[in-house]
Amino acid sequence: MALPKIKQDLTDAVLAQPVPEGGSWLTAARDGARARLGGLGMPIRRDEYWKFTNPESWTGAQAFLTASDASTIFDDAEPLTLVFTDGAFDAAASDDLALEGVSIELLSGVAHTDLHWAKGLYGKLEAAANGAERRDGARLFKPVARPMAALNTAMAEEGVLIHATGEVTRPIRISYRSAGGSPQLHHLVKVEEGASVTILEEGMPGAQSNVMMEADVADNGTLHHLRIQGPEQDRATLTNFFARTGTESTLKTFGFTANGSITRNEAVIEITGDNATAHIAGGCLGDNERGSFHHDDTVYITHDAVNCESRQVFKKVLRNGATGVFQGKILVQPHAQKTDGYQISQSLLLDDDSQFLAKPELEIYADDVACSHGSTSGAIDEQALFYLRSRGVSRKEAEDLLTLSFLAEALEEIEDEALAEMVQAKIEDWLRG
Amino acid sequence: MLEIKNLHVELEEEEKKILKGVDLVLEPGKVHAIMGPNGSGKSTLSYVLSGRDGYEVTDGSATLEGEDLLEMEPEERAAAGLFLAFQYPVEIPGVGNMTFLRTAVNAQRKARGEEELSAGEFLKVVREKAKSFKIDADMLKRPVNVGFSGGEKKRNEILQMAMLEPKMCILDETDSGLDVDAMKLVAQGVNALRDGKRTFLVITHYQRLLDHIKPDVVHIMANGRMITQGGPELALEVENNGYANLLEDA
Ligand SMILES: Nc1ncnc2c1ncn2[C@@H]1O[C@H](COP(=O)(O)OP(=O)(O)O)[C@@H](O)[C@H]1O
Ligand SMILES: [Mg+2]
Repeated sequence: MALPKIKQDLTDAVLAQPVPEGGSWLTAARDGARARLGGLGMPIRRDEYWKFTNPESWTGAQAFLTASDASTIFDDAEPLTLVFTDGAFDAAASDDLALEGVSIELLSGVAHTDLHWAKGLYGKLEAAANGAERRDGARLFKPVARPMAALNTAMAEEGVLIHATGEVTRPIRISYRSAGGSPQLHHLVKVEEGASVTILEEGMPGAQSNVMMEADVADNGTLHHLRIQGPEQDRATLTNFFARTGTESTLKTFGFTANGSITRNEAVIEITGDNATAHIAGGCLGDNERGSFHHDDTVYITHDAVNCESRQVFKKVLRNGATGVFQGKILVQPHAQKTDGYQISQSLLLDDDSQFLAKPELEIYADDVACSHGSTSGAIDEQALFYLRSRGVSRKEAEDLLTLSFLAEALEEIEDEALAEMVQAKIEDWLRG
Repeated sequence: MLEIKNLHVELEEEEKKILKGVDLVLEPGKVHAIMGPNGSGKSTLSYVLSGRDGYEVTDGSATLEGEDLLEMEPEERAAAGLFLAFQYPVEIPGVGNMTFLRTAVNAQRKARGEEELSAGEFLKVVREKAKSFKIDADMLKRPVNVGFSGGEKKRNEILQMAMLEPKMCILDETDSGLDVDAMKLVAQGVNALRDGKRTFLVITHYQRLLDHIKPDVVHIMANGRMITQGGPELALEVENNGYANLLEDA
């Protein structure tokens, strides 16, 4: 089927860019992604999944020039840190990559190594998510086009490869810095049976960035992932998180964004093993002084196993003409009985100019499931505000406290209390300006 | 301490007159009680004094130690020493009770130019006071008033009062919905703060509470005005005969 002309032109232009250097398997993976992208076409505003968020923020030619402050949110967790400046690994600023229970490598370092686990994961979850609609017995696959993820697989030149084989006690931090570039990074995480690891991402990867993480969590494995995007004003951030999880595994991913001009976080999670838990949560504090804050979380969780629990908890604080978007889907396959699915998306609108656009979707083909979802938009609770003020708390401080209380349900999704406190402390800083 | 003159208040939204010329003078160090039928305007009076939105003062004045209360923001009134124990304490999900208390105490200290309490100092004081109102560690940790029983909410109000040590304490039906033991705890809290300087305005329906907190003056409020006042015996009369006679006399 031919693509519409503007999509075709955009796609042709992107595919005309030089292909990154790589060894045989990586080149093959990139070629596959180029073919997928050629078929899907680059996103345009008319696409169903992009109707709330203008893809031109990433596909357009301009890159804003802005510098990011080196972020320090998780210093107290004493993480092993890898620093990327505009997508390039900065060895001097990074820690030694040796850590018990895990191997940490760089994509550029293994591109020419033919036998590497990365070969079995790089672009694989993205390819599955970008496949054609199909049936397998009673199971139904209804992928949504993820062209920006295919673009990433095709073009990314760098990324972290994390292979956890045991209990990794120190968190691994991917720390981003930027002088205004437009990087694409592609990280891979493989958690072996019974292994566990915590991965932290913080900072601004670039003025315009497209960052992807593919995560494969084996049976009984645990992956905790936190991504905090700082308050730089002119920043277009796109993230793609793809995960596949096994039996009795735990996946918890949390993202928080302060400002930026535009952010889109896409997540595709396939729960493929029984008794597994997958939580995705996050929020934002949108108060861009330039009045152009736009924050989009687009989530797709598939339950493809029995007795699994998934949660989607999103809380957006919107002010100063900010826009929040949430598109959240749960697909429960016919055999995925005893599914417990929960989805909530809420916005706190601090003025009349801000808006929240939510599109929850539930598609359930099993009969013994409990799925609930809700979406609300509200202002500050005036009663609570008065109660606080009557105790001597200033209006601003009371509003901040109530804003934090609004975010609390999302913050509670962070498993590790110490990390949760670090995130909360940072949010408090941002609130106080 | 608190002087209210000819106070007229309407609702902002609809043109409904609620307070129709309230006159009330509260002497420093005294306990005043207000009794009156439902709908008299007792809660409205306490809200207007503490600065809640939604009311329009059309006439009259209210001063705290000579300062115009009605001109102040709610937080300024609190810093000036006014405290209201709410008839319906507000639930604040996501804000821990302890955080709430510390934020309030330190905000007031700051407004008065005093040093903020350190976490350690604060903890020590709050634990001790909480214990005297039978508020356990769990209630201090939980979000403000969320999942608290009626009695727990009221005891939590008294704990706030004890922590903030206001000059002028207004208690709006703090006794309603309490069993005898909880009511005694509340009375104990009030009596512990009576120091000959601090002033109390206790709004209640029942003589019962006044057995435990001896009032100096009892005021009867009806239909947006104070209709009469007397000593503690007036409360007894209301308890025995209701408001009918008093309303007729007025
Ligand atoms: N926000 C409001 N909206 C409508 N009516 C109100 C409001 N607040 C108070 N009133 C009315 O004003 C009168 C006094 O109420 P209130 O002050 O609560 O009395 P009390 O505390 O003595 O029972 C009642 O008739 C009540 O219905
Ligand atoms: Mg009342």
